[in-house]
Amino acid sequence: MLHEELLNTLRSQIARAVSPREMTIDVMFALQNHYGYLSDEALEEGARLLSMTPLELEELATFYDFIYREPVGRYVIHICDGVVCWMNGYESVMDYLSKKLGIKPGETTVDGLFTLLPTACIGYCDLSPAMLINGRAYGPLTPGKIDDILNRLRAEAPRPRMAR
Amino acid sequence: MYPQVIFENRKPNRIATIDEYRQSGGYQALTMALQKYSPKEVQQVVIDANLQGRGGAGFPAGLKWKSVADNFPFPRYIISNIDEYEPGTFKDRVMTHTDPHMIIEGMIIAGYAVSGEKGIIFVRPSYENSALILEREIRIAREAGYLGKHILGSNFSFDLVVHRSGGRYICGEGTAQINAIQGKRPHPVQSPIRSTERGLWDKPTVLNNMETLVNVPHIVRHGAEWFKGLAKTKTSAGTKLYCVSGRVNRPGCFELPMGVRLGEIIDEYAGGMLPGHEFKTCLPGGASTYYLQKKFYDVEMDFDSLKKAANRLGTGAIIVFDQKTCLVGATLNLLDFFVRESCGFCTPCREALPFIRDLVRRIEEGEGKEEFIPMIRRMSQHTWKSYCAFSPGATMPVTSLLDNFPEEVHEHISQRKCPFKGRQ
Repeated sequence: MLHEELLNTLRSQIARAVSPREMTIDVMFALQNHYGYLSDEALEEGARLLSMTPLELEELATFYDFIYREPVGRYVIHICDGVVCWMNGYESVMDYLSKKLGIKPGETTVDGLFTLLPTACIGYCDLSPAMLINGRAYGPLTPGKIDDILNRLRAEAPRPRMAR
Repeated sequence: MYPQVIFENRKPNRIATIDEYRQSGGYQALTMALQKYSPKEVQQVVIDANLQGRGGAGFPAGLKWKSVADNFPFPRYIISNIDEYEPGTFKDRVMTHTDPHMIIEGMIIAGYAVSGEKGIIFVRPSYENSALILEREIRIAREAGYLGKHILGSNFSFDLVVHRSGGRYICGEGTAQINAIQGKRPHPVQSPIRSTERGLWDKPTVLNNMETLVNVPHIVRHGAEWFKGLAKTKTSAGTKLYCVSGRVNRPGCFELPMGVRLGEIIDEYAGGMLPGHEFKTCLPGGASTYYLQKKFYDVEMDFDSLKKAANRLGTGAIIVFDQKTCLVGATLNLLDFFVRESCGFCTPCREALPFIRDLVRRIEEGEGKEEFIPMIRRMSQHTWKSYCAFSPGATMPVTSLLDNFPEEVHEHISQRKCPFKGRQ
């Protein structure tokens, strides 16, 4: 179950909306932040809050890039594979990160810290090649810069949320 | 240095405060509009100023507002967005990090012009910072009396909210965005009824690009003639935010007169080509435009001039390619993007784009045949039957590759490999 506090916040936001469905994305993000990803349980909970069927919510959950229906690491690395980043070395950034983390695109490290996802143009073409980690943008990326970022995140990380 | 209107308060690494915005004349236009002008008069000055929509289509903003007829129902909505999923485009992000109150004032005046009562700013997840900035500054504007009930003691009430998106290219399409905000699956709607008559919650809704809206306070304050005088060309008006990315020394977002020459933007403002790199082509307005031939290097960057050059200004996002970059490879990357981002709702887009992508991939991988070329052209034609403009837009790079750089395609086919691989 969710914290009562969060549930009440969501309920009051939904009550203020023109229609409950207007709050769909906010509710999914809130549940995702709470559970680490949008689990089946979270999806059903969200559907109840929004007066939708789980299937209706699933239709939206799977449509969007930043709603995770599978477990992800504490840090989700969205590597931009837009055309500007492609020109400026997206492939070598992806190869370097895969090698450093020991995972392929779409996978999560065994310590539960990092998930690697290729992502449509994130809108940081002036900082290309670029990536986004938990909402924060980094670029232009070089192997040295990537090492620094990973080391800093490892040091900052609290106990892994979903070690598996 | 050209006059800076939108970027007047631009500072390195800092956002302008409400006080700095006010010192530069901010919120004077709102006061003027509410005290001196009727909504119709605000519409008229924006029509006179020839403010063309900056999102790509270039439709006159004032005329869009005017299409909300007097007898249309209430409440009415204004929607703008920081969604810009169009590859190469990042001007909205820069604007929110420069002078957020200019956005807020622009939306309030637009709201006044159509007697709207609520504005919605739709923000993509990768711009969460912009969402937080806007939420904070909207609160500040409300405390200052610019938002809420009876703004500045007038009869006009208006409020603004930030709406977060889950992140998809198609949400940039107007009717899809309206669906997204309502929590429906965000696919475009083909409807004879315009959003300005029946949009969000079936009520009159005006969608304006954010760059369009930030010009509104300046037009109200300084007048239509002043605004037209900012442009370099007769048929255009105002300044434009050009985003330059790719093989240049200083990628970035620059405010320059509408109609400034492409070569000047690249050479003077973006610092020219990277050392050892030579200009081959660019997409002049984001991914959904045509590869530009080198002979148009000095084209005037406005809606009409690019149309005459058989191209589109789009969002004004200039993606620069050099002679060492394979255009077949670049086109394949763009098609991968469009295939993935197709909402899949209507058949011409869902079926034709992967078909084209697979043919281009085979050409890039050395398995291409000359007969693929007419097949790609035929399939591209089908996309014009899609519900929305994004699908034909998706085929613009590939059709211009065939039209403007055929030798590169033929080379791939005859050599049975990508001639650029290993060349760098």
